[in-house]
Formats: sequence, structure tokens, C-alpha cells
Amino acid sequence: MSRIQSTFAALAQQKKKALIPYITAGDPHPKHTVNLMHALVDSGANMIELGIPFSDPMADGPVIQRASERALAHHVGLSDVLQMVRTFREKDTMTPVILMGYANPVEAMGIENFADQAKTAGVDGVLTVDYPPEECGEFVALLKSRELDPIFLLSPTTEASRIDTIVQQASGFVYYVSLKGVTGSQNLDIAQVTERLLGIRGKTSLPIGVGFGVRDAETARQVAEIADAIVVGSRMVQEIENSSEQELLGNLAALTSELRAAIDSN
Amino acid sequence: MQVYDMPDERGHFGPYGGVFVAETLIEALEELRVMYERYRHDPEFLAEFAYDLKHFVGRPSPIYYAQRLSEKIGGARIYFKREDLNHTGAHKVNNTVGQALLAKRMGKPRVIAETGAGQHGVATATIAARLGLECVVYMGSEDVKRQAPNVYRMKLLGATVVPVESGSKTLKDALNEAMRDWVTNVADTFYIIGTVAGPHPYPMMVRDFQSVIGIEAKQQMQEMIGRQPDAVIACVGGGSNAMGIFYPYIDEESVKLIGVEAAGYGIETGKHAAPLTANSPVGVLHGNRTYLMQDKNGQIVETHSVSAGLDYPGVGPEHAWLKDIHRAEYVAVTDDEAMNAFHTMCRTEGIIPALESSHAIAYAMKLAATMSPEKVLLVNLSGRGDKDINTVARLSGIEL
Ligand SMILES: Cc1ncc(COP(=O)(O)O)c(C=O)c1O
Repeated sequence: MSRIQSTFAALAQQKKKALIPYITAGDPHPKHTVNLMHALVDSGANMIELGIPFSDPMADGPVIQRASERALAHHVGLSDVLQMVRTFREKDTMTPVILMGYANPVEAMGIENFADQAKTAGVDGVLTVDYPPEECGEFVALLKSRELDPIFLLSPTTEASRIDTIVQQASGFVYYVSLKGVTGSQNLDIAQVTERLLGIRGKTSLPIGVGFGVRDAETARQVAEIADAIVVGSRMVQEIENSSEQELLGNLAALTSELRAAIDSN
Repeated sequence: MQVYDMPDERGHFGPYGGVFVAETLIEALEELRVMYERYRHDPEFLAEFAYDLKHFVGRPSPIYYAQRLSEKIGGARIYFKREDLNHTGAHKVNNTVGQALLAKRMGKPRVIAETGAGQHGVATATIAARLGLECVVYMGSEDVKRQAPNVYRMKLLGATVVPVESGSKTLKDALNEAMRDWVTNVADTFYIIGTVAGPHPYPMMVRDFQSVIGIEAKQQMQEMIGRQPDAVIACVGGGSNAMGIFYPYIDEESVKLIGVEAAGYGIETGKHAAPLTANSPVGVLHGNRTYLMQDKNGQIVETHSVSAGLDYPGVGPEHAWLKDIHRAEYVAVTDDEAMNAFHTMCRTEGIIPALESSHAIAYAMKLAATMSPEKVLLVNLSGRGDKDINTVARLSGIEL
């Protein structure tokens, strides 16, 4: 059983939902990333989604774009990101880490080399935003043969037949993008998400994470009623952006605790 | 007989092209692919396209024998395909007319576009005005500054120009931003991409709409000189004017196809926009796999060319394929060489060429000098240089 699977299994037993905060590796400075990851876990995160900075983050809104720019100002590359995961694993061997990024940095490293290094660093899942399943068969096979979970997005516009194709390739969980748009857009429409999730549940037993529109604790609570995992990205990154170095860990921990409490209040 | 048959049904040109986008855009691209398949051979659609090309754009564009330039060089004879004479002053409008007609057929009341030099933005704003569509153009804030006259032209035509502040604030970032708009507004919006890049079906569709250039040229050369040229030469930014003139010639193996990229300050300086000539690594950007200027971490690097329309780190996937199969050859000329060609063209032929097209002219002049006068070169004069006079004046130390 992969670390992602066992985490979901354990949470299910406790009747709890997974909280997955997203931060971009190297934002605001590479020296903070590992500490931030630990702080998120200590304050209630069940998994961490760690963004690989990219010069052209086409699917991201302005908040996460700026996070990439801050990280790139410190020349944070994919090997640095993997090193951060390795360092994180020195103290935390339990919490799954999911890398989220774009295809080009992965291809620049070489997909097989990346899969090897991700495995040894202690990565658990990989979400490559601009790799739809049709274009990444070889990559998915490389991940799976190393027991890394390929995470795929499903969107409000994904056709039923396509959902079948995607859930066949996916493992760990599937990630439902709750709105039409980029990361950090307006709040999601809970009724619509509920209906879509029912459709997806009919096609897969994989846990479903929901993200892209969870902006506050109340939305997180509502999503927790229907999803298995709640991914909070832009809101986290916004907190990083608005915090001084001294406040950084405290503010992120406080926000995570608030989200945790909201999710658990159901 | 047509032998060349690319791309495959999912938009691959060998290992290049494809559909590399987030799931949120897949459905929109699928809808577009299906609609384009429906209309690309539809006689009514094609008739409407042809009508607009004739009456609105002013096609066919003539072929012009540059006698004085050819004699001055004393080598091969140089002919120009005069895309500079099109309405709005460049080849770009051929494609925007095609895509806007498709948008209308698909019932999309709003079109968006990215633009670098502003030519594609102007061409999109123009056809949007003609068809009564709302138009939003994304343009890097650096380019907004560099291309002020075109920004004002777009506004006159009723378009909204949105300056893009992210990344390098140039064409590639404008493309990112247009994609972001599109995912958010897919239901009512058609994204008119300006070159043979982007996810499938764009590279194929833009090529098809632009291939009117090559189809006309083949017929016109036959009528004018009774044969086809020895080589066809075109500048390559994303590669749409080049694909447009190359495509109908691909199966004519006696005709050399030469794409001219921007060498900027020189390939060796790294400050250029010539991924094919420099043999940049293959990667994924803007929805397709192609040769891509990037650093060792796979971050896209900033490019440089004096010509904003060529200032792009990637290149259309079909060019990547034509390079690999050696059907086309790719070379690059520097800013200085292009500027020289620009001035020579102005004074010898009475034609002010676009700085983009000046790259093709510069290479044609070099190549012609090595050939005999029986040989014929056909150069795609992709646009006129009125938009560039501020840049040229500035480089000559003149304040306009
Ligand atoms: C006149 C002209 N030629 C060429 C180009 C480059 O584009 P492409 O390589 O797609 O033809 C541009 C782009 O703005 C242009 O305005």
C-alpha cells in the first residue's frame, strides 16, 4: 500500500477528511520550504502538495504565478525541490508528499531520471498539470513501476467517457478541479461540485480530492462533506505572500489549524 | 499526388505537437477539433472564407520580381510573395479571418488573442469588428510599450488590450494569459491563436488557413516564369507565414524550403530566438512538444530579437518535424543583417518590409549571391514595415 493509500485508509477509519495544503517549493525563499512543510503537518495537514516552480505556469492564477516567480528568483530547480523532499523525510516519514508541476522541467531532467530521483527522495505522488493521460503513457508507467502515484485532474467539463480513461490511469486519488478557470479563481459552486462528485464516484473507488476554488474555512467545511480530500492552494500562497519572515510559520500554521477545525466540525 | 500527410489525428508531427494542456482545456479543444473537422472541407465555409480573403483582405496577393535587388546582388533572381499588401499589412489576417468565421459558426460571441508585435492583435481586432464580435487582446506590457501604434490601432478597432505583467512580459506570457482567459470563459469565447503553435488542432488549422499563400504562389510562379522556384524562403517566429508558403510545396521535392529564424545578437551569445538553428532541447510549452529555448532546469529563457514578431522561445511543431526529416532547412540571421536588408529593400525596391520579413530577405540576399541568375528564389514578404519605423529610427539614433 502506498503512503497516500494508507493515509486515506487511516483517515477513513477515523471518519476524517484529508487536508492537503499546497505551497510552491522555494517560496518565499528556499530556506523556508522544509520548515513550512513541517509546520503545515504539525497544524493539521495530512499530505503536502509541493509545487515545482515554472516560468510559464499556464494553469495558475496570479497568486501562484507570483509564487513561482519568487522561487525562480532564487533559481529553485527541480533537483532543489527533490532535495527539499529528501530533507523533509529526515524528520517525517509518514506524511505523503505530492509534487505538482508542469511537464517541461520534468522532461528537462529526463522522465526516467526524475522518476528514480523522486522515488529515492521520498515523493509519493506526481501531478503534471499539462500531461493529459493521452500524452504521458510512458511517464505513468515509469511512476507506477516505482510505486509513485500518478495524480490526474478531472474538470467540470470532463466528459463521462473520458473520466473512465483517466481513472484507469490514476492511482492514489483523483483531483477534481472545482471550477472553470485557473487556480485561485472565485469560490466554487458547492451544489455543482456535489453533483459532479456523485458522477465520478460511480466510476471509481479512488478517493477524490477537490481543489482550485477553496478560499476559506467555510468552503473547506462544505467541501469536506462531499470530498475525501480538500486541497487549498492560492489561499495558502496568499498567506505566504502577506507574511513577514518572522510571521511566516505562525501564520501558515494558524491558517492550517483553522481549515483543519472547519473540516473536522462536520 | 499528395504524399505528405501530417499531423496524425491527435496532432502529432512525429514526436512533436500533441495536446499538452490542463484537463480544464481538453473539452474546449475537443469541441474545436470536431468543429474544424466539420468545416475544413465544407464548401459553404470555404466559399465564405474565399470571399472574405478576396474582398476584405484583397487576395490574391501578387508576386513581384525584385529586379533591381536581384541585379544589384548579381546572383539568383529574387521574387516576393506580397503578403505585405494584405489588409492590415501582414499575412496574419488570413488566419484570423478563417478562425473568426469558425468562431461565428460555433456561436461564440467573444474572441481573444495574444500578440507580440501587435500584427496578430490588429488582424484579430479587425475581423472581430467586421463580424461584430467582442475582442480582447493580451499583450506583454513590454510589447505594449514597444508597439504603441499597434496598441492604438487595436483600440480604434474596438478591442480591449490587456497588458500582461507576468513573467518576461512578452509574447509567451501573453499566450499564457490568453490560455488562462480561455479556460475561465470557454463557454462563450473562441481563442484565435496567431501562429502554428499551441495545442492541436491549432498548428494544423493555422497552417491550413495560411496555406492560401503557397497555393497562390505555385500558380502564380507557373504563370509568371513557367516553373517553380529553386527555393522558398520565409522567416520563422512561431512559423505561420513559413508553413503557409511551405505547405503546398512539401511534396515538390525539387523546391528547397528554407526557414529563417532570428539570431538576435548572434546564436553564440545565447540572446536570440532561433531554437531550430541553435538545436535547442525538445520540450513542452503552450500545449505542444517542440524545440524550446530553456535552461538546464527546464525554465523557458528570455529571447531576443529586434523583431517582436520573431521574439518567441519555441517554434511550431511542424517545423520541428520538417527539420528532423530534412525537408526544410533552418538558418538564422542577426539583428544587424536584418536591419541591413531592411534598408536595402527600402532603397532598392521602394518597399518598406516588416523587420520579421527582413530576416528572410537578408538570407535570400546572402544565398542569391552564391547562385547563378538562372536560379530563382521566392521569398515570403510576410508584412510591411510601417509598424517598425519607430524601432528602426530608434536604432538609428533618431527621435521621431
Ligand atoms: C510581418 C510578420 N511576419 C512574421 C511574423 C512571425 O510570425 P510567424 O512565424 O507565425 O509567421 C510576424 C508576427 O508578428 C509578423 O508580424
